[in-house]
Amino acid sequence: MTIPLSWVLALSAVVFGIGVIGLLTRRNILILLMSLELILNAANINLVAFSHYLHSMRGNVIVVFTIAVAAAEAAVGLAILLSLFRNRRTVNLDEVREMKG
Amino acid sequence: MVNLDQAFFLYFAAMIVVFSIVTITRKNPVYAVMALLVVFFHVAGLYVLLNAEFIAALQVVVYAGAILVLYLFVLMLLSVPREALGAAVHRRWPVYALVGGAAAVEIALLLARSKFAQRPGPYPPDVVREVGSTQAIGTVLFTEFLYPFEVISLVLLVAMIGAIVLTKKWTPAQGGEEGR
Repeated sequence: MTIPLSWVLALSAVVFGIGVIGLLTRRNILILLMSLELILNAANINLVAFSHYLHSMRGNVIVVFTIAVAAAEAAVGLAILLSLFRNRRTVNLDEVREMKG
Repeated sequence: MVNLDQAFFLYFAAMIVVFSIVTITRKNPVYAVMALLVVFFHVAGLYVLLNAEFIAALQVVVYAGAILVLYLFVLMLLSVPREALGAAVHRRWPVYALVGGAAAVEIALLLARSKFAQRPGPYPPDVVREVGSTQAIGTVLFTEFLYPFEVISLVLLVAMIGAIVLTKKWTPAQGGEEGR
């Protein structure tokens, strides 16, 4: 309606940036996964905004898919986190370095 | 002058940004989850503002209702001692914060300088309001996107099986690798 598209895109860019910063700076895997959710939400905001302004429903449908993928990602990510914690007693990424070359 | 829609948008945007920052700066993950909950609710409000009521409901039900509860359950299962949390942030965090900020600025610049297609589709806001966003999404989802819809159900199935396999405690009797 009367919300400029650029406002929504700016908001989405800011949320994406915050998510990337969280992903890069934090060392707690749980907070990393939450930053991933923030990034996915930024993408969803963009999709819904374009869907609204281009008078199309495709963006909204893709958001449905994104939410399903986010649910799958959270389930698998948290399962990996659980088995990691069971083996290593840590959720800190800096202490997990078996794969380091 | 801002009208009512824009005022609501500014409120939602401010809350989303502030609580996103709160989410990534908390040392205790429980507070981060709570801040993320606030973010998700305000994103849902934003979706309502953009005529996507069904997506807003989905956001609240799936994100706030399922995913965040999953996070809280895992937090409860882990019960990480406070000292085992380790360093909260990477020691070179200002560099990475700059990288993230640069990414956001780049995206904003790209979007500001690009032209978007101006070919309106078959669902202008008044049509969506008339048939309802749920029916409009359903019509597109089950005709045009039927194949991706089936694929996404497979993705969910694989994720479900993966989560079970990853978290199961294997015993030697079950053919596990010596009860790893």
